[in-house]
Amino acid sequence: MAGLGYACLLLALAVCVYGIGASLYGVRRGRPEYSESGRRAVYALAGILTVAFLVIEIAFLRNEFTFNTVADTSSRTTPAFYRAAAVWSSQEGSLLLWAWIMSLWSSLALFLTRRRLREEAAYATAIMLGFGGFFVALMVFYANPFATTSPAPPEGVGLDPLLRFPTMMIHPPMLYAGYTLCTIPFAFGMGALLARRVDADWIRVIRRFAFAAWLFLGTGILLGALWSYSELGWGGYWGWDAVENAALLPWLTGTAFLHSLMIQEKRGMLKVWNVSLALGTGTLAIMGTFLVRSGILDSIHAFGGHTLGVPFVCLIAAMIGGSIYLVVSRRELLRSEHRLDSLLSRESIFLANNIVLVGLCFVILWGTYFPLISEALTGQEASVGPPWFDRYTVPLALILVLLSGIGPVIAWRRATLANARRNFMIPLAAALLTLVALLSAGVSQKPLAIAMFCCAAFVLGSIGQEFFRGARARRAMAGEPAPLALLALVRRNRRRYGGYIVHIGIAVLFVGVAASSSFQHTSELSLSPGQSTRVGAYTVRYVRPTATITPKYDAAHTGSTLSLGAVLDVTEARPPGRHVATLDPSEGFYSSGEAAQGSVGSLIGGQPVSHVGMDVGVTRNIWSAIQPDIETPALKRIVTVGDRTLPPEEGIIAIAYLARAYLQHPPRAQFNLIVSPLVMWIWIGGLIAFGGGLIALWPAPSMVRRRVSVLARGHRAQAAPAGASAALEAAREAKYQEIRDTELDYRMGKLSREDYEVVDATLRAEAITILDRLQPPARVEEPTGSPEERELTPTGA
Amino acid sequence: MKYCTAMNPARKRTVRLTVALSAAVVLACALIYTSFSAASPALTPSQLVREAQPGRSYQLTGTVVKGSVHRQGAVLDFSIADRAGGGAGATVPVAYTGTVPDPFKEGREVIVTVQKQNGTYIGEQNSLITKCPSKYKVTPPSTKQSS
Repeated sequence: MAGLGYACLLLALAVCVYGIGASLYGVRRGRPEYSESGRRAVYALAGILTVAFLVIEIAFLRNEFTFNTVADTSSRTTPAFYRAAAVWSSQEGSLLLWAWIMSLWSSLALFLTRRRLREEAAYATAIMLGFGGFFVALMVFYANPFATTSPAPPEGVGLDPLLRFPTMMIHPPMLYAGYTLCTIPFAFGMGALLARRVDADWIRVIRRFAFAAWLFLGTGILLGALWSYSELGWGGYWGWDAVENAALLPWLTGTAFLHSLMIQEKRGMLKVWNVSLALGTGTLAIMGTFLVRSGILDSIHAFGGHTLGVPFVCLIAAMIGGSIYLVVSRRELLRSEHRLDSLLSRESIFLANNIVLVGLCFVILWGTYFPLISEALTGQEASVGPPWFDRYTVPLALILVLLSGIGPVIAWRRATLANARRNFMIPLAAALLTLVALLSAGVSQKPLAIAMFCCAAFVLGSIGQEFFRGARARRAMAGEPAPLALLALVRRNRRRYGGYIVHIGIAVLFVGVAASSSFQHTSELSLSPGQSTRVGAYTVRYVRPTATITPKYDAAHTGSTLSLGAVLDVTEARPPGRHVATLDPSEGFYSSGEAAQGSVGSLIGGQPVSHVGMDVGVTRNIWSAIQPDIETPALKRIVTVGDRTLPPEEGIIAIAYLARAYLQHPPRAQFNLIVSPLVMWIWIGGLIAFGGGLIALWPAPSMVRRRVSVLARGHRAQAAPAGASAALEAAREAKYQEIRDTELDYRMGKLSREDYEVVDATLRAEAITILDRLQPPARVEEPTGSPEERELTPTGA
Repeated sequence: MKYCTAMNPARKRTVRLTVALSAAVVLACALIYTSFSAASPALTPSQLVREAQPGRSYQLTGTVVKGSVHRQGAVLDFSIADRAGGGAGATVPVAYTGTVPDPFKEGREVIVTVQKQNGTYIGEQNSLITKCPSKYKVTPPSTKQSS
């Protein structure tokens, strides 16, 4: 088995080297059959790595401890679910997962572009295979997942208890999916620059991938926050930890990219900026992987050894150097086709949002890598803490949320002040109402949180108005009843309305963040049974201790030998008495498997893990964790006596005795209690944003596309070659969509009549140019009568 | 912005770009300056004993001395020794309040932000970070229960 896996890696490396050579040779010498072969090499890489990944998965599921990784991170007593997830808890397994997912995405991207962007795709193939080859080489030379020991150890060490949490199954793969997806825009951006084809074609191809990267990264980050909040015993969801930041950075530049690429699609502007963002996002994703995998910065996520530093630094240096060289040397090609029409247009709002996002990214990048920077400059390692991050990120986040409400109500190209004023009435009223309501409710201590609530209300108002007006315009245009009109509106403009839903989700999420970080009550204290304390509006009483022993590890649960906890009774403080919730936090003590710790000591000598007791509510969460004192003299004596007298297989008897002693004479226990308001809305906001993202990502209804391709098929022989015509068809679709968007904007009152007529005429002229290029000999008459076309003609003029 | 119309567009763009870039540079400088002044240097216990000034925070890195961990109510007392000193370097007693990460243990490598106050070192609330010795492997033998 291990031999098969290692052979797969060697074969994969060979395939990468061959594919890079073939695709580069093909595109440089104009031999498409070689580029084609390079593309197939990517498919082959995906196939080979799938086999390799299956080998390691099977090894984990079948407990083959000859594999070093299996012995180090799994054991027979680890439940099967966590055995399957344990693959990516090791350095080697993570690298394999990374390379495997990347090869799958690359194959998908190249499959979808098999008839388009020949040249760009050939360069992109070489770059993707470069990444694949890099990670495979790391596994072959530095961290082989198929390394074996013979004879096999009888039992493995087991998965770290901290990682035994259901999110473990999806959080790392989600992040890796996001990171690897970021390399696709990078590869195609590089490809476009190398092939000197920097119009919007490559953007249209990778748009979906950039969006998917954004969605996966965002989900991964949120799942990580959820994990941290509900599993790790500190009660927070975000700590500006280096590894968290590393995932946030490409997400921020990716968000900027998703907005600014629309400007290039529609207007042919911001080409340098867009390609730089795509390249930057890819580089940041690799830097993030590097940070997680190298352990170079101090972090609670200190996963990796220090062996992978040098190769990663070389890769990152090559990526940065190559990007800068290409952008600078192609700067003539990257000139804008248009200028900004007006400062009051959606383009300029997008530009502002981009600047804020990149600023935010710079702040976090600087803070995250500050220990390295400071050591390089002053010779003294130093770091900045959360207050420093908050000082800059909070105001920037406020601006960002505000912009996410302003953007949607401002039309593309030009918006008049009068229209803007009319469109801002409702959102502003919503923000003001929120302010008045908060102040009259007596909330006045935290100005930044209040500002965030008002900004969020502004966003909800502006987007609610968008949906309402859009549905109304649709009703007027198509004569549908209201609910149907709303549905059709979203379905026909998935990108736009999906994006708006994402904005709502982000605003809701920030409400949760602002409320839970500003109005949190925490309390850390030691209590004996019967004592009580006040936390926020609640009284918490330590009712009685609990103790559970698990003789053999129960597969369903987390597998701790001994678990000591407490029952806490939460009541309203004013008026006193009303029961609110019962919490049961505990701490699990795990077996360490080290015989040297004694027959009893080893059973509870592993790393203890908190099990949080939580009461979840829409308005607030009550969070509790306990650190029971297991080292009192009485309890310690039981362990030492047991170590002396009991054989290993009977050690559990002493543990049972210890549990009883703990229950009979419970020592004071240390509690950590947190009441955080609205924290649940962080996850709800995340879900809303995820749903909006899915709507925007979902393929558009293919009616138009099919009709167009039928039309185009007849002309393919004399028209442009297949690749170019596919790109033109895509351009035409985009232009049609833009014409529809503009009409919708006009009907929703965002564009004045005169502006609409000017913009519409320009767009139609642009569409006709594309049609001419698509079918040069005779312009095919635009078929009238189909519902699509009817919508294109201005009926209300 | 009326006077801008008098300029030719290229010049106008250059002016705009210069203004935007200089604003960005000023902001970046502010950011960089504050990061150096707000940063807490990472020190080992023997460096801390030599250099610490009262009222400034430092990131103390080292290993938790065996047998030094005691809890008194909400305060956790422990001592930190140099990572590689083998007992030769200085040890620093820390009084810490706040969350204790699960992996915290005698003999583990930790990072905690401390301030010197009246000769003792007070750990900043919730600043304690435990470094895992290697990729999520169980601690080497003889750290616990054997003393």
